[in-house]
Amino acid sequence: MNARLGNNLTWMSGNEAIALGAYEAGVAVASGYPGTPSTEIMEYLSAYDSVYTEWAPNEKVGLEVAIGASFAGGRALATMKHVGLNVAADPLFTASYTGGKGGIVVLTADDPDMHSSQNEQDNRNYALAAKIPMLEPSDPAEAKEFLKRAFELGEELDTPILLRITTRIAHVKGVVQHGEVVPPAERPDLEKHPEKFVMLPAMARKRRVVVEERMTRCKEIAESADFNVIEDGDRKRGFITSGVSYLYVKEAFPEAAVLKLGMCWPLPEKKIREFAASVEELFVVEELDPFLETQLKAMGLDCHGKDLIPAIGELNTAVVRKSIDPERAPKDLYEPVPLPPRPPNMCAGCPHRGIFFTLSRMKNVFVSGDIGCYTLGFLPPLNALDSTVCMGASIPMAHGMVKAMGEGSHNRVVSVIGDSTFVHSGITGLINSVYNGSAATLIILDNRITAMTGQQPNPSSGSTIKGEAAQELDLVALCQACGVKHVQVLDPHDVPECRKVIKAEVERDEMSVIIAQAPCVLLPELKLRKPVSYYTNIDNCVGCTSCIRLGCPAISWTAFAEGEAEARGYKKSQKGYSRIDEVLCNDCGQCASLCKFHAITRGEPRR
Amino acid sequence: MSEIRNILFSGVGGQGILLASELTAAALLQAGYDVKKSEVHGMAQRGGSVTAQLRYGERVYSPLIDPGAADIQMAFEMMEAVRYLPYLNADSTVIVNTQKILPPSVATGQAVYPENVLDELIKRDIRVIGVDAFTIAKDAGEVRTANVALVGALSVHLDVEAELFESIIEQRVPQRFLEENMKAFAGGRAAGGE
Repeated sequence: MNARLGNNLTWMSGNEAIALGAYEAGVAVASGYPGTPSTEIMEYLSAYDSVYTEWAPNEKVGLEVAIGASFAGGRALATMKHVGLNVAADPLFTASYTGGKGGIVVLTADDPDMHSSQNEQDNRNYALAAKIPMLEPSDPAEAKEFLKRAFELGEELDTPILLRITTRIAHVKGVVQHGEVVPPAERPDLEKHPEKFVMLPAMARKRRVVVEERMTRCKEIAESADFNVIEDGDRKRGFITSGVSYLYVKEAFPEAAVLKLGMCWPLPEKKIREFAASVEELFVVEELDPFLETQLKAMGLDCHGKDLIPAIGELNTAVVRKSIDPERAPKDLYEPVPLPPRPPNMCAGCPHRGIFFTLSRMKNVFVSGDIGCYTLGFLPPLNALDSTVCMGASIPMAHGMVKAMGEGSHNRVVSVIGDSTFVHSGITGLINSVYNGSAATLIILDNRITAMTGQQPNPSSGSTIKGEAAQELDLVALCQACGVKHVQVLDPHDVPECRKVIKAEVERDEMSVIIAQAPCVLLPELKLRKPVSYYTNIDNCVGCTSCIRLGCPAISWTAFAEGEAEARGYKKSQKGYSRIDEVLCNDCGQCASLCKFHAITRGEPRR
Repeated sequence: MSEIRNILFSGVGGQGILLASELTAAALLQAGYDVKKSEVHGMAQRGGSVTAQLRYGERVYSPLIDPGAADIQMAFEMMEAVRYLPYLNADSTVIVNTQKILPPSVATGQAVYPENVLDELIKRDIRVIGVDAFTIAKDAGEVRTANVALVGALSVHLDVEAELFESIIEQRVPQRFLEENMKAFAGGRAAGGE
């Protein structure tokens, strides 16, 4: 066999392929907010000098930047995860009316099975609702091709295009072919087209008609486009499918005829009817919602779909096979063995831990949480996060709790939010809390970075996506400008100080903000510093478990065997001792700040 | 349809599973196979149990391994070798790094790390090959080469020449640690047979 690579073939992830596609398509401006599974697209794209890339504070801003770039004549890309499109839905629905000048592609990365998300939503529904064509690739190679084609189609029809991928495209690696680089058509410049760019009611009513005409034209294109292909095969069973589900159908039923829909909105009705008429039994295989199935049924076509295929979670070949042919279900599978779970955990040295440890001791307080690494504060042994809904919700939800409970809310509600999430959509909530007289304490967990998605810079980091210096957002001044009278900065690694400050602020009858400031331990500059670790003086350890209750991955408990405590010179009642793994320790000192017995000491710098 | 082989990588976030699966994929691609690999990023990566799924053959469609269909599991930690039992079958081979990493519940004394956890595989007649990657890496002069030692052990079970792996490692690892990585790979190969 010959090597698969070379000759312009590279093995890469779907996200890397999309970045390559954007480069080859001559994208002028790309803006996005990090969100699994979409994040790496912008990171890979930022390596191409010919494309302007940026991290926007949220997805709405990112899409609006893209619309502006398009109005000026440049090709523009906005990237986001599925829930990000909820945030960007406002500009999306009206960009559908305006179209642009340069092409606009809105990339949505859905996360079936919620590997790293708070809900499981099917963003194909946005294509229907916003009247925007949607392309849906099946693998990395198609993702790159479809992105380039999306720009051509969008410019032909004067519409934004939605490109939908899922986790199993974004984070799957496959062989991708490099292609021609499209040179930018002309130097972007502004022209005034108020009939198209100013969506006042009078103009919007005219554009509303244009939208319908465009979708009719797009349906005609869908009939003949090679996005939508019939793969001939046994016509006893025919499959209509799209996205990653196509791959599972090909493995589960390799002999069957398949209509693969690369454009999942609008649908090629004639092609679908012809295909349906040519097969004895029709199956629609799609992940999540019965999106295609509902449309087929509206066409009056008889088909199987969610009566057999699960609507919850990811599909795979085995699920598709056994849903349709139960007798072909894998037999004699091993049952899982009960094992201690291994959930994700905050890193050793994570600055969030000191705050959540403190909150875990305040059992009467409800912690209104948000989205980020700190959502892990929910897990044992900290168990110190009581609600999470969506980006930015922590602050308004705390306000709602205060207003619902009235005087009974005193001392009861704290909200926590990360720096990136605060900038994303927390600021307006804070303004509301001050304006409408909330008294809940807000803790901003400021680790200078968007950590959960892999350390992307944000407006509070002082650097851009390309690592260039940028104006750093002053969170203290911002909170003061919102009208908060009590703003203070706290070192979260000093646990006794955290307890003192948080207790005092929760007591207050006015809105107050604590900015817990310490950098994420995964920042490259922190990883490079000469590490110093703490270690336990086992002789001094009385087994009080104060440090254990931090839940730090570097600290573990060793239980004494019967009689061992006495034999080793400890009190008979001591049950064991704690030990710090010096390799894992990241030198935060939270455990030492808690230990009352001088059993934890900072060591010498490691080699 | 031509045969597709499935390798499941399992372990704990931060163990170098990504690099190991990348090196394996690169060697398989160089040997002429079509390869697809699936990973999960984001929240799952923070010290939790992680997997990478690799499939190779003449033409690979699905990026996911079906339950019961893993031909080889390359486990970086003993308990994580057992956690994915439903992916295995009686003919699977499990290559396992004989290392224990305590999950939070065990580290805090709330749960116990199961003793002789690999017996769960052995009693089901699954072929288990233990590799002490830490010692191999230490002997190679750099403890951080444990994942390359495991790739060495895995390479014995793939229809790819060792030289091909070596040339891939040469391209992918930092040059100042090349010698240590090569030693670790060779040590892994020696330990990976049975």
